[in-house]
Order: sequence, then structure tokens, then C-alpha cells
Amino acid sequence: MGKKDSIPVLEVEKLTVSYETELGVYQAVRDISFSIKSHESFGLVGESGSGKSTVALAIVRYLASNGRVTGGNVRFHGTDIYSLPMNKLRSFWGSKIGMVYQNPQAALNPTITIGRQLAEMGKTHLGMSDREARQKACEILGMVAMPDPESVIERYPYQLSGGMLQRCVIAMALITRPELLIMDEPTTGLDVTTQAVILDLIADLKKKFDSAILYITHNLAVVANICNRIGVLYAGNLMEQGTTQQVVSGSKHPYTFKLLDCVPRFEHGRKKQLLSVIPGSIPRLDEIPRGCVFAPRCSLAERTCRAVRPPLIEIEQNHYTSCRLWERVHELEAEKPEAIADGALEDIPFLKVTGVKKYYPARVKGGGIFGRRKKYIKSVDGVTLWVNKGRTLGIVGESGSGKTTLARVISGLAGATSGNIELDGEQLGKTVQERKQEQLRNIQMVFQNPETSLNPYHTIAETVGRPIMLMGKSNKKEIQDRVIRLLNAVKLSSHYYNRLPGELSGGEKQRVAIARAFASTPGLVILDEPLSSLDVSVQGSLLNLLIELQLQSATSYIFISHDLAVVQHISDWVVVMYLGHIVEWGDAVKVLKPPFHPYTEALLSAIPVIDNKGVRMRIRLEGSVPSAVDIPPGCRFNTRCPRKQGNICETEEPPWQEGEGGHWIRCHIPMDKLNKLQQPIADKI
Amino acid sequence: MNGSSDEKSKNEEIQNLQNQPGKLTIYWKRLKRQPFAIGGGVIFLFFLLMAIIGPLVVPYNYQAQDIANRLKPPSPAHFYGTDQYGRDVFSRIIVGSRGIFLLGGSGTLLAVVIGATLGLLSGYYGGLSDEVLMRLFDVLLSIPPILLALVLLVTIGPSKPGLILVVALLYLPIEARVMRSMVLSLKTKEFVEAARIRGEKKLYIWFREILPNTLGSMLVEGSMRFSYAIFLVASLGFLGLGVQPPSPDWGLQINEARGWFSIAPWLLIFPAGTISLLIIAANLMTDGLRHVFYPIGGEI
Repeated sequence: MGKKDSIPVLEVEKLTVSYETELGVYQAVRDISFSIKSHESFGLVGESGSGKSTVALAIVRYLASNGRVTGGNVRFHGTDIYSLPMNKLRSFWGSKIGMVYQNPQAALNPTITIGRQLAEMGKTHLGMSDREARQKACEILGMVAMPDPESVIERYPYQLSGGMLQRCVIAMALITRPELLIMDEPTTGLDVTTQAVILDLIADLKKKFDSAILYITHNLAVVANICNRIGVLYAGNLMEQGTTQQVVSGSKHPYTFKLLDCVPRFEHGRKKQLLSVIPGSIPRLDEIPRGCVFAPRCSLAERTCRAVRPPLIEIEQNHYTSCRLWERVHELEAEKPEAIADGALEDIPFLKVTGVKKYYPARVKGGGIFGRRKKYIKSVDGVTLWVNKGRTLGIVGESGSGKTTLARVISGLAGATSGNIELDGEQLGKTVQERKQEQLRNIQMVFQNPETSLNPYHTIAETVGRPIMLMGKSNKKEIQDRVIRLLNAVKLSSHYYNRLPGELSGGEKQRVAIARAFASTPGLVILDEPLSSLDVSVQGSLLNLLIELQLQSATSYIFISHDLAVVQHISDWVVVMYLGHIVEWGDAVKVLKPPFHPYTEALLSAIPVIDNKGVRMRIRLEGSVPSAVDIPPGCRFNTRCPRKQGNICETEEPPWQEGEGGHWIRCHIPMDKLNKLQQPIADKI
Repeated sequence: MNGSSDEKSKNEEIQNLQNQPGKLTIYWKRLKRQPFAIGGGVIFLFFLLMAIIGPLVVPYNYQAQDIANRLKPPSPAHFYGTDQYGRDVFSRIIVGSRGIFLLGGSGTLLAVVIGATLGLLSGYYGGLSDEVLMRLFDVLLSIPPILLALVLLVTIGPSKPGLILVVALLYLPIEARVMRSMVLSLKTKEFVEAARIRGEKKLYIWFREILPNTLGSMLVEGSMRFSYAIFLVASLGFLGLGVQPPSPDWGLQINEARGWFSIAPWLLIFPAGTISLLIIAANLMTDGLRHVFYPIGGEI
């Protein structure tokens, strides 16, 4: 062994990649060096635009046609990948290097069964016969913990869930026992609970296979949990490199330090607090600073930083940083923002939702014209909740839990099937057409995808000014003033006034969308996953912005997210939804402390945490949320519940149990028993 | 006071911002990299100009007969030669472009306007009326276009308004479909939902939110359809169902020239070549427009 281990599988040396565009040639990645040995997993972390995928593509020599390696080299077991002839390279791909991409749906051919796609790898690269390859496919599926591999190989990709498909893709990459496995955001498109299962699987495979792993992601917490070493990429430069311990706990680069700092964490005794943020945004490729690429956003930066690009220096064994001032990084600690005074608000219910249901007719196979009873997708199935004035209600749940449908029903985009919605004591019409202009003004929405939130043909001024105009203001000057004030409130300079959305970054677009929502001075703003498509450093500043705006205007929020840490950070009350039902709700602090509903417990335990101390509770949910057409009888969660009690869970709908100080759980297990079961492990979060 | 000077600078800022290079500059930049498109555009615009001022600048009256000089090959006096009545072919082609643009152009325009409206309403409301309309269009599209045009023109008799209507009717279903498919995806976009939530009227949603996003595609689609319309009008002229003699219609000229081909091939070659030239020019221009409005990967 020993000797083979000491030669790195992959060596990347001073890699520089340029893209030729019609505006000029830009270096997307500059001077990157790192190496990975077998048995080792290296995490490459970076926000969007940092060049992490470019690195991955350059390593396998698979760059887009306008991309070229303009410096440095990539060696695989000492062989320069770029000196290989094409036919040799092809046998490298697949057999020696395995790759797992973000989107498993796109990685598999939808018209060929899983088994044939897996067997193909064995036949091409290992020279196996049909039978052997098929057997190998079964075997490898078993190794990635696929339940019932014999039947899975007969199925087509569309018959499997996202998590299962990603397992197949991983199996496909592993079938040839590659020496290098590259994973590019393999869990990003998956639900938290599925992500947790896949991450466990990768950690487990690390032990079984001796492949070197290059794991690329934007999520520091994920790499911290599964990688031995981490490299942090920013705007095409490697900022810091070291063991996970060194980078996460003893970061010596301001960017890494701030990045770790701007993620909301779980705190038990919660006070509303602003997050520390990184001002500004990642520089575009055509405006890369001359000096340190991070200098414009760094509070430590000096003149030299801006003038000369600092080299990567080794500051302790295997720990490299590209900061000249690394000895002063700890000073950033003092920059933590203080807790903000949470105004004493009287708790007056502002929005009341009672027994709301939203059913969509479902097309069921074999229904026919004389079909039996019509079937329905029960997206929201009897939800009652309220939001107090100036407070935030957080709604969490996996995809398919009905949280977005609920938001659409409240906003009137989709009419409720039944139930009642009251705003400020006034009954609301079901759809926007049935609501009065005044009521419409009072509820606004911020959407998940900033790219489609703004009309690409409207200037920012038109977008933000229109709601003001609708309120009956026609004085041009007045509207203009207010638009500029709103832009300033969302921390955008008035330079943006006449720009079109196409010229803005995702974070800036989302700010404009928030400004538009606030333009009509609404009493309630529904935020449907407003941060999930944004980078970590941008998320933090938007969360701060939302908290500040709420304090200034006493607007109520409904904040929908799958990210529990973000929800607990901003919310006063939290609702946990599963399959169209609320399973737990109450004060934000109470919901995230035991006793939990078993579903909440599983959600919490699925979140990767950066500073992982000791053993964490490990509760993993199998499968995915059942179809909302055939809802399981009894407790809706019984098919996946790790704490299932037995028959009663399958037959009787669980009762609401009330805990202390505003906390409700819908479960058959008595609250004090749940508490006793969960307290000991919960301390370890 | 401080406040007012602040305001002043703000206003100035806004003024300055309005002078920033906008979308047009970007379009122009992209267009400059499309030499073929520019070439096509220039030829197209030349014919358009000729359609407008042609009769004023041509060397001869297009109807002036000069029997002494009949069937003369191209020469400095008659660039494209003369026809069986001694009429100047060049002048006839130049003047004939007016008919092509008038018939093809207004027919296409009518198709785009009506088709886009139907597509918009059909796509936005959906439901049964959408279904009925689309199936009706399917029926129209299933009939070969020339055949349908012949049947219609024979029924209503060949006339200029009749030709325009036929062109419009033939292309209307295609325009409606293109529009409808865009509306279907646009109406679920978040910016449209945001407009609904703030209580915008339907007219605002249609004209301010949805339509601007379809203009580029409709322009490209419309100009492509126009090049087909030129072809259709010329074909119908050739078949004798278009404009009637002595009009200098290109299709008609080709039809008349058939009998003289062996002794005066220029009678056929020049009108036919001109049709090809205009259609190729229109296609190149359309293709360029597509690149300008919808650059494919790598283009900025």
C-alpha cells in the first residue's frame, strides 16, 4: 500500500483557463494548484461564478469549445491529461475518472432502462459479457444501498425519484472503480432529507472504495462533513486550502472567514440578530480586480492588497492562504453585528387562515369517461394558521408538502377549494379577481426565482413605480421620489433607476422584487423561498434587509423555505408542513427544541452543520413524500416515520397535543414521551 | 438646502442614466457582426424603396410599348432587355416590386395582427374556446396552401383585396400558434403573477407585461412569413390567379415569358432571379434578426 498512497492521483498545477467570448478573452480560473491522493476527498467550495465547474471540466479535458487551458497542467498519476491522444483520453473517461453531475434526470437516458445504462459501462470499459455486466450492475446498485436492485435495473429513469436516480448515477460512476471520482454539486437539486441520505452514502463509499474524490459544491457545511481537505475558490482564484479542520475552525482568509460567518446557525436562545455579511458581490469576469480578487469586498484590505495579487503561501503544514494579512484575520471577529432591539409588539392577528383546502383534479389512469369517483391532488388539505401584525411566520417542509400552494391560495393566485381567509378582520375573496384593490395592495409576494420575477422589458423604475401608480398616485415627481427611496431601502443606489433586469445580478434582481413588493406599503408580504436560488453571501445580506424592513414598517411576513436554519433565523412562529397538513407549529424557539414532531426531528437531523461537534443524531427518512393523490390513512407521515408506534398510526389521525407556551404537535406519541426520547440526542445538534 | 441639492443631483443622475447605452446599442453591435444579414437587409430595403419610389425613377414607363425594339437582349439602353411588346423589363421589375410588397406585405401584416390577437386570447384564457380554435387551425393547416389559395381565389375571383385576404388566411394559423405557445409560458411567469397580485387589469397584463416579451419573436416570425408570402403571391401570379395583365407582377411576367424562353431567355431569367434574390435577402435578414434578438450560446 504505502507507496501507492503517496503518489497523488490527481495533480493540478497552476491551472489557468480562459474563455473566448465576443467581448474578449477572459480568464475564468487562474493559477489553481491542488492535488488529491487516493482515499482522500477534496472539497472545492465556491459561490456561483467562482469557476469551480470550469476547474472540473478542465481536469477531464472537457471544456466548452470556447474554453482553453492557457497555463499550467493537469496530471493524472503523473501523466499530463492534455498530452494524451483523443482515443487514449476516451478510455480514461469512464474507466479511470468517474463523474457525477448535479442533475440526475439529465445524466441518464430516459429511454433506456437503468440496468442497460449501467451494464453499458461494464461492457465498454471492463470488457464484460452481457450477463456479467448485468450482474455487476445489480451488485453495484446494492453497494449504493439501492433497495431491491433486481427490480430497479428493469426500470426507466422516470420511474425513480430524484434521490434514487442520483444513487444510480453514483453507481454508474463507480462501476469501473475509477481512481478519481468527480462530483459536481451532486445533492444540490435534492430535498434536505434526500441530501442527507446521499451524503451518508458518499461517506460510506469512501470507506469501501479507494477512489480519490473531488467534491464540488457551494455548500461549506456539506464539504465540512465529508471531505478531508478543502479548497476555497473565489472569482477564479484559490483563496485558501487546508484540512477541513484548518479551514473551518482556523480559517486564515477573510473570505472563508466571512463565508462561514454569514450562514445562519441554530441558536437555542434566540434573539433577532442581523447576520454578518460580505458587502458587494463577486466580480464579473470582465472586471476582475488587478490586486487580490477579494480586496474590494474585504474590510482588512490595504493599498498593497489592491495593487498586487498575493500568492498562495503555506502558513502551517498543508494550510495555504492567499491573504497577505492572514495574521489579522481574527480581527474580523469583532465585526459581528449586535443583536437588534425587537420592538415590543402587541400580538394582534393580522391574517387568519381557517380550514383552507386546495384540491386539483387529477388525471388517473383507467378513470375513463364512466370512471369511478374523480380523484384529486390534495395539495393543501385543511390548514389553519394565523400571522400576527409585524411578525414572521415561517413555513417549512420538503417539496410536495404544499407550502407553495398555500402561499398561492393566500395571495389569491389560486382560489381555495374551501376554507376561509381573513385579513385584518376582513373576509378575503378567493381569487384576485374577487378581491378589492385595497385588499390586493395589502398582500404582496416575493418569488423564488429572481430571473423570472421581473419583466425583462421593464426598467427598474417602471417595475417599482407601477404599484405606486396603481395606488392612485399620478404625480410623476412623487412616484420618482418614492421609487428612489425604495431602491435605497433595499440598498440599491439610484443608478439602477433606468436599468433593465438583464443588467442586474440575481441578488440585485431579488432586491428589486422586494422593493416592488414593498412599494404598495402592504401589511403582509409572502416570501416564497426568496433566498434559495441565491449565493450564500448574498442570502445573508438579503435576510438582514428583510429583518430591517420589517422593523421599520411593521409588515407581517410569511416566509416559506426548506431551509430550517434560515427559517428559525427570521421567524417568530414556525409551521411545519407535510403532505398538505400542518404537523407541528408554535413559537420558533419551541418548534426547534424537543419535543419535536418526528418529521421535524428528521428534517433537523438532515441538515449538514459546519462545526460538527461529536456524534450527531442521525435520523434518515427513506423514500420521498407520497403522492398527494393517495394520501396514507391515519397519520400522513406513518409511511416514513422512524418513530412509528404501530397500528394506531396507520388507522387513526393523530390528535393535536398542546405543549407549553404556544406549541402544538400532531402525533400519537405523548409530548413528554417525545421529549424524553429526543432530549438526549438533540443536545448534540 | 441640503435636501434640495440632493434632489437636484438625483435628478441629474437620472438624466444621465437615460443617456446610457441601451438595448439598441447592443443590438447594433450584434448586427455589425452579421455581414450576410446586413447584405440581405440592404437588398431588402432597396426593393422596399423601389416599391415606394420605383415608378418615379425607372428609365421607361413600364407600360410604354416600343414594338420596333421588341425582344431585344440586355444592352446599356435596356439593362434587362425588352419583352414581346418592346417594354423595358428592368422598369417592369422595379415597378412590379410594389405589387409584391403591397400584396405580400399587407397580407402578412394582417396575418400577424389577427393571428397574434387570437393566439394571445386563446393562450391566455385556455379552455374550450382555445381547443376549438386550435383544431380549426389544424384543419386549415392540413390543406396544401397553394390548393387552398386556388380554391379561394377561384371562388371570390382574383382581385388585390382577395389576394391579401388569402395570404392573411393562410398564414394566420401559424402566427396564432407561435403567439399562443409564447403566451402559455409567459402567463405563468412570476412577473405576470406579481401583476395579477397587485390587481392589474387584463389589458395592462396583455399589452405591458406579455406582449413586449413576444415582439422579438413575432418580428422574426413575421419577416420569415413575409418571404413566404412573396413566393406565394408570385406563384399565384404565375398561375394566373394573381394580379391581372398588364400589371408588371413578377409571377405574371414569368408566366408570360414562358413562351418566349427559347428566343428571349432574359424575359424569364430576370424576374425569376429577382424573386430569388428578394427571398434570399429576406431570409438572410430574418436569420440576422434572430441572431440579434436571440443570440445563441457564447454570443453576448
